[in-house]
Amino acid sequence: MLEQLDLTQLIFGRLSWDAIPLHEPVIVATFVVVAIGGVALLGALTYYRVWGYLWKEWFTSIDHKKIGIMYMVLGLVMLLRGFADAIMMRIQQAWAFGDATGYLPPDHYDQIFTAHGVIMIFFVAMPLITGIMNYIIPLQIGARDVAFPFLNNFSFWMTASGAALVMASLFIGEFAKTGWLAYPPLSGIMESPGVGVDYYLWALQIAGVGTLLSGINLLVTIVKMRAPGMNLMKMPVFTWTSLCTNVLIVAAFPVLTAVLGMLLLDRYLGTAFFTNDLGGNVMMYINLIWIWGHPEVYILILPAFGIFSEVVSTYSGKRLFGYASMVYATVVITVLSYMVWLHHFFTMGSGASVNSFFGITTMIISIPTGAKIFNWLFTMYRGRIRFEVPMLWTIGFIITFVIGGMTGVLLAVPPADFVLHNSLFLVAHFHNVIIGGVLFGLFAGITYWYPKAFGYKLDPFWGKMSFWFWTIGFYFAFMPLYVLGLMGVTRRMSQFEEDAAMQFWFQVAAFGAFLIALGILFFIVQLVVSHRRRDQLRDTTGDPWDGRTLEWATSSPPPQYNFAFTPRVHDLDAWWQMKQHKYRRPEQGFKAIHMPKNTAAGIILAGISTVLGFALVWHMWLLAGVSFAALLAVAIGHTFNYDRDYHIPAEEVERVEAERTRMLASHV
Amino acid sequence: MSDHHDAAHDDVLPDAPHSTFKGYMTGFVLAVVLTVIPFWVVMADVFESTGVTALVILSLAAVQIVVHMIYFLHMNFRSQGGWNMLALIFTAVIVFITLAGSLWVMYHLNVNMMPGMMQDPWG
Repeated sequence: MLEQLDLTQLIFGRLSWDAIPLHEPVIVATFVVVAIGGVALLGALTYYRVWGYLWKEWFTSIDHKKIGIMYMVLGLVMLLRGFADAIMMRIQQAWAFGDATGYLPPDHYDQIFTAHGVIMIFFVAMPLITGIMNYIIPLQIGARDVAFPFLNNFSFWMTASGAALVMASLFIGEFAKTGWLAYPPLSGIMESPGVGVDYYLWALQIAGVGTLLSGINLLVTIVKMRAPGMNLMKMPVFTWTSLCTNVLIVAAFPVLTAVLGMLLLDRYLGTAFFTNDLGGNVMMYINLIWIWGHPEVYILILPAFGIFSEVVSTYSGKRLFGYASMVYATVVITVLSYMVWLHHFFTMGSGASVNSFFGITTMIISIPTGAKIFNWLFTMYRGRIRFEVPMLWTIGFIITFVIGGMTGVLLAVPPADFVLHNSLFLVAHFHNVIIGGVLFGLFAGITYWYPKAFGYKLDPFWGKMSFWFWTIGFYFAFMPLYVLGLMGVTRRMSQFEEDAAMQFWFQVAAFGAFLIALGILFFIVQLVVSHRRRDQLRDTTGDPWDGRTLEWATSSPPPQYNFAFTPRVHDLDAWWQMKQHKYRRPEQGFKAIHMPKNTAAGIILAGISTVLGFALVWHMWLLAGVSFAALLAVAIGHTFNYDRDYHIPAEEVERVEAERTRMLASHV
Repeated sequence: MSDHHDAAHDDVLPDAPHSTFKGYMTGFVLAVVLTVIPFWVVMADVFESTGVTALVILSLAAVQIVVHMIYFLHMNFRSQGGWNMLALIFTAVIVFITLAGSLWVMYHLNVNMMPGMMQDPWG
């Protein structure tokens, strides 16, 4: 290697014009559309002179509310990318039977299913979940911000940096063709010498820093910054499930970092952790990655459970049924989620004792989950239910998730798994729980808290349209996959032999995917229509749904400091209890409020990390060295920044609060 | 109802243990000793069997972890109102599940799938 080391290679590494996939018409067309759209967006931003505003008010902001919204924007943008991958696969599979080979070559198809999985889990579900937790937790516990506000901004930008690397791989080089968990030896350097797996690894390592730090941040926030009086058993359920999720993040993500790190060492330095020879053991990779992977499933679903709990009790006008059992069920799930990982590889060759142990632990986990379902049902029982959009998502969730849970218990039986593993039945199962659970929960949460974040409700008509198209589309898209799985179709296939009976089900699934596309479209329409009708939909009270928890005690959108005075909590449903006791807002005696100051360090560090990741992917050692040095320099430099906080003067607080008093008085 | 409580960022930890020069030195010396012994064990080929060497290193590493927690992280049963202890117990449970489970699973997998690797594991 050393003798070939010339200057071009030092600078450009493996990158050359060949890396631009001009031979793939689908990608070229995508690139043209993205380029036109991107230039138009950048041009519009420049034309309307919003760069300064974005930089000062958003990109460098360390306000947990703005960071939360940026997470949501990232997640929704990446949802469009991930869904584009999904619908491409659905079209290909409905089409490529017999002599028809479809329009995606296998090489490209493999990248698409990998990108779809990676993006949907790491860059859609995780940012959306983190975004909602970021926005809501400090408000629910009566805090002014998270425990480490700068770290929060840094975490967001690291996640965005990982997403940027994945997006770059679409047009520069290729993405991994290995499936979303990149099992070796397929992902090893011998089988995948290209840049695809490197993009995958560096994107996840960079985003993983963000996820881990935000997990620590929110964990400390919940433990240390609750309002006085809010002991653990007076915490809102969403905060409880978020606490457990962040515990899981802190405990599980280092495993992912370590296992991906070992794969990186294998690929870059020739170590032999997961190789076929030299004492490596590929099964260890699968064992380790699922020790992270199974808790990850609960990292996603627990906050969704929390959202449903808040929604159900609010729209039923009742206290949540069985609060304590809900909390204990969540904690039990948290611990049990570490004891089931082997069910992802029952067929890899463990003996009967191992398989039956993990089969049983998996079935046990459905007990606390079932208890939660009954809690929600009993909360609704004899409640005065208002069928607002978040409530529709919740009911859709309960029905859909129960079906997904039952197929899950079916797969937990090792003999059944031997028949069904790696088939479309499995694909149908996990989409059933992730869409029916996590995604429905996110939509419920977005609709529920949108008025809090933006000061107006979302338009219910388009919300209902989105809900129905999503739900019906989901059943059309995924129930056929159960059938196909039972027929024996394995996952990740791009072409099939002539078989009319099979093709029919794929066509039904593709139809379902188009219904879902309309569901996504109507969601976007809903955002636009609501923005245009914002004056009719305005929430002047700060409590549009007659809510129960503290986030509804402040204005919509909340002032920068959230609460002029830290509330004191006496009851589980703190705000409900305050309303029952005819709570009056304090209107004088305001004090200056101590707040953290914005900083550009987060976005700069993450930007350099993106460059570093890109350089490492392409073996541009010079650039990698320079950007690594820059990363260290900026990080150290930032520690000398002592100008980190300021006070909002008492007059300013008084002005904002007086504004709110007027607003409340004018709309009684 | 709401009082004038502005604790969000002005929290001082009343129960943070005081770190002393003596404490840090004790920890440092212990850490050095616990690092030098494994090094010596490997370099001087003290034990015949690599299995015994590995066991010695692993157990000294476990002691090392405890030393770090006590002298450098200032953990005890009461610090941070018991949260540290709770976190430690949780971590211990998870680490135990992960390690014991992995050993069990990997042993099964290696015996069934890669019998070639299983010859003389303590050689």
